[in-house]
Amino acid sequence: MTPSSTLSQKFGYSFNWIGMIGLSIILFWATIALIAPHIVPHPVGEIVDEDYFGPMSNELWLGSDYLGRDMLSRVLMGARYTVGISLAAVSIACFCGVVLGMTAAVVGGWFDTVLSRVLDAMNSIPSKLSGLVVVAAVGSSISVLVVTLAVIYTPGAYRFARALAVNINTMDFITVARTRGEGIFYMIGSEILPNIIGPILADLGIRFVFVVLLLSGLSFLGLGVQPPYADWGALVHENVGGLPFGAPAVIVPSLAIASLTISVNLLIDNLPKKIRDRSA
Amino acid sequence: MENLAEIRDLKVEATTDSGRRVEIIKGVSLDVAPGEMVALIGESGSGKTTIALTLLGHARTGCRISGGSVRVAGKDMVALTERERASVRGTSVSYVPQSAAASFNPAKRIIDQVIEVTRIHRLMPPDEARQKAVELFRALSLPDPEHIGSRYPHQVSGGQLQRLAAAMALIGDPKLVIFDEPTTALDVTTQIEVLRAFKSVMKKGGIAGVYVSHDLAVVAQIADRIVVLRGGEVQEVGTTADILSRAEHPYTRELLAAFEPKRRVDDDAAAQERKPLLEVSGLLAGYGPVQPDGLPMVRAVQEASLRVEKGRNLGIIGESGCGKSTLARAIAGILPASAGRLVFDGQELPRSARSRTRDQLRELQIVFQYADTALNPAKSIEDIIGRPLNFYHGMKGKARDIRIDQLLDMVKLPKALRHRRPAELSGGQKQRVNFARALAAEPKLILCDEITSALDTVVAAAVIDLLKELQRELSLSYIFISHDLSVVEAICDEIVVMYDGRKVEEITPAQLKTPKHPYSKLLFSSVPKLDPSWLDSLQLDKELVREYGHR
Repeated sequence: MTPSSTLSQKFGYSFNWIGMIGLSIILFWATIALIAPHIVPHPVGEIVDEDYFGPMSNELWLGSDYLGRDMLSRVLMGARYTVGISLAAVSIACFCGVVLGMTAAVVGGWFDTVLSRVLDAMNSIPSKLSGLVVVAAVGSSISVLVVTLAVIYTPGAYRFARALAVNINTMDFITVARTRGEGIFYMIGSEILPNIIGPILADLGIRFVFVVLLLSGLSFLGLGVQPPYADWGALVHENVGGLPFGAPAVIVPSLAIASLTISVNLLIDNLPKKIRDRSA
Repeated sequence: MENLAEIRDLKVEATTDSGRRVEIIKGVSLDVAPGEMVALIGESGSGKTTIALTLLGHARTGCRISGGSVRVAGKDMVALTERERASVRGTSVSYVPQSAAASFNPAKRIIDQVIEVTRIHRLMPPDEARQKAVELFRALSLPDPEHIGSRYPHQVSGGQLQRLAAAMALIGDPKLVIFDEPTTALDVTTQIEVLRAFKSVMKKGGIAGVYVSHDLAVVAQIADRIVVLRGGEVQEVGTTADILSRAEHPYTRELLAAFEPKRRVDDDAAAQERKPLLEVSGLLAGYGPVQPDGLPMVRAVQEASLRVEKGRNLGIIGESGCGKSTLARAIAGILPASAGRLVFDGQELPRSARSRTRDQLRELQIVFQYADTALNPAKSIEDIIGRPLNFYHGMKGKARDIRIDQLLDMVKLPKALRHRRPAELSGGQKQRVNFARALAAEPKLILCDEITSALDTVVAAAVIDLLKELQRELSLSYIFISHDLSVVEAICDEIVVMYDGRKVEEITPAQLKTPKHPYSKLLFSSVPKLDPSWLDSLQLDKELVREYGHR
């Protein structure tokens, strides 16, 4: 049994240790993102090392980057952008997509048809390209990045939520609610959402990973977070020259991306489950 | 004579999601002699299917055979390895599932699926197997036995598919066939054909069978011995005649008692003039694109007219596909009628639920057949029953809580259930919650769409008693839709018989014995009786069967 069995029995939920590991890594990075400016040893833009791609040392725990800047400070500050922008973007995308998807399923008819075709059209535009065009046209700022990423990922979330909601929509309890005369907000919020929340959260986890990767891609092309600041994707990109030397400058941000995306998925696949057999 | 199958002290346990072990079969022993048909009967959850499956050496996911032995034709199915079991399945023991429709592959021809067993076990060459299959089709009195095999599963009817599933089970010459509620999903007129076919094939081949069912009348026709199960334990074993006439165990008696319809006593029918509550005239409803004449392409209900009086009940009876559920949906406004008038309590009722007022919606509630899908699985019982209170009556907080307790009390459910989810209740409890939700709206008329057909006999009888009691207390009216004559008979003052979308006859329970319309005659005479000789002595008019039976 898991070490949390006594805890889980107290709350009526079972939460396995894989999910707990995921949750603690996410909390760790979220905390870092919040307190980064107070704990960075050196300013992000300051060149502190005479050598580039310096190794780990007592001075510089994670070595230095291609300009001799402190890698630890850059990774800590990068957490802000990666976690913040991606999380904001994915939350907006999923919220809009899921609300629209459920509404389309419940309302049906021409509303569903028009909305689906419009979002399908958006879906057909390559995400990287559209991101590039928008950011190149409007200029890169954090709010532009968040909105662009959210818009790019809304159609996918919409499709997913609509497909799930259409299934639920044919159930008898929806018909019962309809003949009761319930309004649209009650229908989507109270009858449909609780039944699809599990897959929706799993989808959110996957979409979060995509957003992190796209943001890293945009940064790689120089359109993401602007220097001297950098998100983790940009850190990997700018230090990719250190790969032959095995420099920590390229390994550490890669590990950071991996740890965050993997733990988000671990958590979402292992969310606490309510124990149904309560007679134990 | 040595027994073909011997189950000794069988124990099956399941593991719940909190890691707790539950024993679901508690030491069951039973025998099946060669050529004998043994019926396992009991309510859902009594373990009848679980026991039947152990004869195949199978336990469902999460379950495990934890003790005892299951010997079939000299082999202990519990001790065999999975590979050895596979070689026994289909050749010594075979299985006919409840839903043949779900167990045929829709993308393959029937004959290829029927002879698959011979291919897997390399019993005979394919051509020989095909010939044998055709013989079996003939023995099972399937129409056009030579060519029916080349059809796809969706091209044959439900009753035919069920017989084809039996052919699949019989092709490997098994010594024992397990029937898992094979006629439960069929209409009564079809059920007769299927039962007859099963019975003659089994008799002719001297094959032993285990017949799982909750319907005592069906079992009475086909079984030699009956084993009554409850809660994973054998309650009573006896020959069919013994069980039917000299049942000793109280549970068996309860099962038998549930079969006797308690006719509704109409206290003061003639005494007072009754006001009409709902009047439906010339109703037409259907599906598909609207045709030039303004009517839908497929007309599921045509020219339906009926009348429900205050405090009285109307039964609508007919087989699947006769349009009885569509009629209910049209009355409730879920599927707006294309033509016809609805007058409810003196007021004209709009055809679509969308254009009805909140009060009109409240006064006419509908209760669906499957409580599993009619209750939102993500919400607690409290929320489910509380919503109409809040929505129609604006009740909140304490007032709502008190009312929920009252409603649970009315439908005889313990108050402790209010925090549970629907999945944590039994079938009968769910149907009561389903009903309590309709009551919460304080309606004048409740449309009950097959509400007892998913329940076991004993539970269904209890639900019917509850409905009667509530009617007395709350002066409700019901429209009761069912394919089960005994249920309708038990609760309704008037019965409408439907066939092919039309009302063919309107009768009162008193006239039940003498229906006038030929279809009503066929329908009523097809309902199985507890008498074991009923099936063999039954003479149905061939003309009628040809005209109205869905074979």
